Amino acid sequence: MNGNAENVLELDDLSVAYRVGGTDRLVLRNVSLRIGRGEAYGLVGESGCGKSTAALSVVRYLPRNGSVAGGHVRLDGKDIMGLDREELRRVRAEDLSMVYQDPAKALNPSIPIGRQLAEVFEIGGASAKEARSRAYEMLEKVQISDPARVMGGYPHQLSGGMQQRVGIAMALASDPKMLILDEPTTGLDATVEAEVLDLIGHLRREFSISILFISHNLAVVSRVCDRVGVLYAGMLVEEGPTDRVFRNPRHPYTVALLRCLPGGGRRKSSGGLDTIPGFLPGLGAIGEGCAFADRCGLATERCRTERPPLHDLDGQMSRCHFHDRAQSLPHTTRHAPDESREPPAPRRPVLRVQGLNKTYGRDRAGGGVAAVKDLSLELKAGQTLGLVGESGSGKTTFARTLLGLIEPDEGGRIELDGKELAERVGDRSFEQTKSLQIIFQNPDSALNRSHSVRGLIGRALRQLGGLRGAAMDRRLKELAGSVRLTDHHLSVSPRQLSGGLKQRVAIARAFAGDPSVVVCDEPTSALDVSVQAAILNLLVELQSERDVSYIFISHDLGVVRYLSDNVLVLYLGRVMEYGPSEEVFSGPHHPYTEALLSAASDIGDAEDGRIRLEGEIPSAAAPPSGCAFHTRCPRRIGSICDELDPPLKEAQSGHAIRCHIPADELAALQVQRPSTLSRPVSAERRDDNGRP
Amino acid sequence: MTAAEVKTGIDRPVARPRHDRVRLVLRTLSRSGVFLSGFAIILFWVCCALFGNYLVPYDPLASDIINALVPPSSAHWFGTDQLGRDVFSRVIVGSRDILVVAPAATLLATVIGSALGLCTGYFRGFVDDVVSRLMEAVMAIPGVILALLAIVSLGTSKVAVIVVIGLSFAPNIARTVRSAVMQERELDYVAAAHLRRESAVHVMFVEILPNVIPPILVESTVRLGYAIFAVATLSFIGFGIQPPSPDWGLSISTNYGMINGGFWWTVLFDALAIASVVIAVNLVADGVQGAFNER
Repeated sequence: MNGNAENVLELDDLSVAYRVGGTDRLVLRNVSLRIGRGEAYGLVGESGCGKSTAALSVVRYLPRNGSVAGGHVRLDGKDIMGLDREELRRVRAEDLSMVYQDPAKALNPSIPIGRQLAEVFEIGGASAKEARSRAYEMLEKVQISDPARVMGGYPHQLSGGMQQRVGIAMALASDPKMLILDEPTTGLDATVEAEVLDLIGHLRREFSISILFISHNLAVVSRVCDRVGVLYAGMLVEEGPTDRVFRNPRHPYTVALLRCLPGGGRRKSSGGLDTIPGFLPGLGAIGEGCAFADRCGLATERCRTERPPLHDLDGQMSRCHFHDRAQSLPHTTRHAPDESREPPAPRRPVLRVQGLNKTYGRDRAGGGVAAVKDLSLELKAGQTLGLVGESGSGKTTFARTLLGLIEPDEGGRIELDGKELAERVGDRSFEQTKSLQIIFQNPDSALNRSHSVRGLIGRALRQLGGLRGAAMDRRLKELAGSVRLTDHHLSVSPRQLSGGLKQRVAIARAFAGDPSVVVCDEPTSALDVSVQAAILNLLVELQSERDVSYIFISHDLGVVRYLSDNVLVLYLGRVMEYGPSEEVFSGPHHPYTEALLSAASDIGDAEDGRIRLEGEIPSAAAPPSGCAFHTRCPRRIGSICDELDPPLKEAQSGHAIRCHIPADELAALQVQRPSTLSRPVSAERRDDNGRP
Repeated sequence: MTAAEVKTGIDRPVARPRHDRVRLVLRTLSRSGVFLSGFAIILFWVCCALFGNYLVPYDPLASDIINALVPPSSAHWFGTDQLGRDVFSRVIVGSRDILVVAPAATLLATVIGSALGLCTGYFRGFVDDVVSRLMEAVMAIPGVILALLAIVSLGTSKVAVIVVIGLSFAPNIARTVRSAVMQERELDYVAAAHLRRESAVHVMFVEILPNVIPPILVESTVRLGYAIFAVATLSFIGFGIQPPSPDWGLSISTNYGMINGGFWWTVLFDALAIASVVIAVNLVADGVQGAFNER
């Protein structure tokens, strides 16, 4: 049987199993999808739902324990499963290309870029000279500004965004019919991600290529793809035109996923975020009924016993018995504004930072890399300060300096509860140490894998809380309960927990000594959106119970807006803007903040009118003269920006902007694009330690 | 195979008891041919050391001058040496000393090396500079000279051999541990410990040490192979294990002059025994390393 010639890629009832512990477990069940010529198809879902397995089975790169348990994959009508080695090699070389998540690992670190790229053309039969000139052209096509220089360089000399451009150039070099993009922007900053997505959209039109785009980020998919498929537990639960699926979802999972995002300008005061209760079923562990039934607020007895078919709703497909009611999925948390909260009483400041500087590799001549420059801020009890900026803006360095893990330059001053803090944690008083704690970004690194969860939290209670014996046991139970860990979780090692549970352990540990300030260093950046929502809810809850203050570091503006009372925008270690959250987000804002907001993808945003930041964040070792942002600023007014560093001026009371353009002029310039700023959504960047 | 035939299993989001990690390593080892063959050979020699006296046909120390230098025969499988002692019995029982001295020396080296490695890797800076230079100085002295020097001053007891080999192998282990510790201390759990005001000793031994056990185990198994060779070498040049012990190195040393006379059996079997133990230990080391990598 041959497939439809109009479809470049067809998955037909594809099932894939992994052999784990002697039994085959299905990770992909009866997935059917079609991608037409020139069409971009997005496959979304949370981690563990089978997205990457789908991509790998298309190129037949399944891991050793994986096997196709049924169904077909057809590329241009050819059955991929039936190809012999040589034919498969030809298909991979000519018809199909893949762009990987981490370009740093996908490129060979010891071969110059030009050579790697030319190789693709040489395999296609070009002479060495011709291959070189075509490699040059290809780099121009992916909008690399100085192709000659890049061709002679090595991958490590390029930034992440540039590396991914090279990855895309290599994938397009063989002029494939089908391009598979596996989370191509996940490791990039929002501003860079926006540029790469623009490029993909542009190339798609130029090459009229078909695209399979895999991502956990709904907003990114909504910007690139014509149609979208939602995977859950290895099954396609919903499919349809992107616009329709996101505006009018017909499966409860899609509905729930969209609700988890802290978008729409929502604030913590307007109630908690929706979460998806329960867990993804384990590999291959689905019974008779609907895979989502256990976590679905609409599920009935029928859902548990009868697997729903894929209902065709006029071009939109939903695998739900009650697709017509999907949007009436009950909310998991209260949405109404919290009336019981008393009006904000004048709060006392707990933390005050004045003129903090941190220069790495400082020498006598005053050289070195200024990671944090002249930073001042004030944090009041029970409030949250959001810290935003691209990677390399000094967010993590500031956090570590604050905690006393890194020594700042002399001259600055940090006060906790009115008392000056010593520079190093070892020189601070015990009370001060336990009052200032941190939740690290990566729990795998932050939780000692050799200790049990009970040991980890218990040790913190013993050291910071000074508790022993029965009193400690009691407090341990209480603390575990307040972060929703059960006895069972306490007895295992952290590496046996999922990412969200690990982060709960880290939160419990940070709260062991009843801290007054907790630094949250991108605590949800590696988590799925539904888990992120649960963690954010927990943080808000702990804050209202204990009156703790947060410094919340994130590149995700939606999350920062949701949690923060005040926001501080950093660029190259300098404060660009500082003020109450709503004022910073509603404007007038600094041109950099404006660009960040614009780059943060949102579902259903208009593409026009977006601001793009040209180029990369400059090196902190050689910061630009004048205003640090002038090299990329879309609103640069003239030589004054290059020569004179603007002061931090108050635009409104308590809201300061570091820009030569007066605040009212900024407001006038920015008024043209109000709607796009309303719902910033996850602009995720995983595994960013932000360390120099 | 169709999709329907594939079994489904239940996975829980939270799984597996804690000691599973150890069990996984043991299971990998129990399936590794390399490890098992090495382990079998070592087990054989350990049994010989423990029960050899009861198994051998002759007293390994009893001389029988009339039957001196008899070639291998049905009465004497490996022949007899110049004093008429049964070589087979001596080889079997000869594993006893070396299997005590070499592991003890390795253990000593592991303990000292791990402690030094933890300190240098954790404190870095001045401590690292001083200790590392000292260790490099020790490593730069040829082993034989070091051993001779030490044994001249310490005497030729087994304890002396253990101390000498233990000290001279410690720097190698320390270097491996140091680099593992340096990686570990960059992880955030160490920063978290500092934010709990833990002492340096706690951070080194309670937080970091359990995470660097795998490289320590691998390195010390490799060192055990070298230690066996070193003990045999010292016995051969007359230090350490003393006559009339049937020790292999010692036997080779007393008999190697006879090879020219055609009495090869007095040396060959002892040499093979040493080789078999060294190879076996290295097989075990390979297996252990593989099992840790597989995790």
